[in-house]
Amino acid sequence: MSADSWPLWEVFVRAKRGLSHVHVGSLHAPDAEMALRNARDVYTRRGEGVSIWVIPADQIAASSPDEKDAYFDPAEDKVYRHPTFYHVPEGVEHL
Amino acid sequence: MSEPASATVPVVDVADYALRLGDDALVLSQRTGEWIAAAPELEEDLAIGNLALDLLGQARALLTYAGRVDGSDRSEDDLAYFRDERDFRNCHLVELPNGDFGRTMARLLVFAAYQHELYTGLTASADETLAAIAAKALKEVAYHREHAGAWVLRLGDGTDESRRRMQAGIDAIWPYVPELFESDGLTTRLAAAGVAVDPAALADPALGFVRQILAEATLSEPEPTPRPTGGRRGIHTEHLGYLLAELQHLARSHPEAEW
Repeated sequence: MSADSWPLWEVFVRAKRGLSHVHVGSLHAPDAEMALRNARDVYTRRGEGVSIWVIPADQIAASSPDEKDAYFDPAEDKVYRHPTFYHVPEGVEHL
Repeated sequence: MSEPASATVPVVDVADYALRLGDDALVLSQRTGEWIAAAPELEEDLAIGNLALDLLGQARALLTYAGRVDGSDRSEDDLAYFRDERDFRNCHLVELPNGDFGRTMARLLVFAAYQHELYTGLTASADETLAAIAAKALKEVAYHREHAGAWVLRLGDGTDESRRRMQAGIDAIWPYVPELFESDGLTTRLAAAGVAVDPAALADPALGFVRQILAEATLSEPEPTPRPTGGRRGIHTEHLGYLLAELQHLARSHPEAEW
């Protein structure tokens, strides 16, 4: 069985409770069940996670690199969207 | 932790029992490791490597205990690398060549189903060390059983070719299965003392699990074909010697070497 006969899946792993799932890579698998199993074997061998998501790569809609300027540049000069103008009271550690 | 809990049990018995379990894990680890870089997919390559390492970890714990509990002060390496074929106590099933992927998964399914019942029972052992090793290994073999079961199911209930080869794999290993469930004087004594699990008592639950997978995979259970056993007494098939030669030659060529 060659690799190109198995579809590509994107793998997301949550490192611990409270954190969100983070993309860690991709793999090939014939279906969701085996994709999960493979993800466990390939991406959590060193205790990296407590939860795994796998998503068929062809189900992900991605923004196009060609549209990068139109998508992202307009946000660059809008500093007022950042919460940088607030005064942080003393003694607040985890902000 | 190093003393067996029951004073009525001779330490040589406990050591011999730990050797049986440890040698099973060691030999199957070596066999399974032969798939590394040869598995059908990269993902399976890693899976099967993980699995071999799990078995190696179990072997290390069990051999270490065996060498310590009988007072011989032999290390895990002494036992793994410097015993000859006749001193190995593993069953025949684990020393058989891998064959194709179907046969490898057939063997793994049966062996993991056996180990799952074995370790479940051993978590209640009167011997604290064996109980602790079993508790740790149980989670590992639960995954082995699931992994092998999924492949047997997928290949058995797959294409005509995969079904044919999966059935051939089951047929090839089936004659070696009864040895797993053979009781003898040692296991009877240790089971009576609450240290060991009687192998005969594991047959129904372990094979029950396997039969369920076979049925779901549309595979048939082969007819029983009796064949000589003896692995627990050091009588092995012709395959073990070659496996040990590969396993041991480096350590024997460079004794005391560290790397």
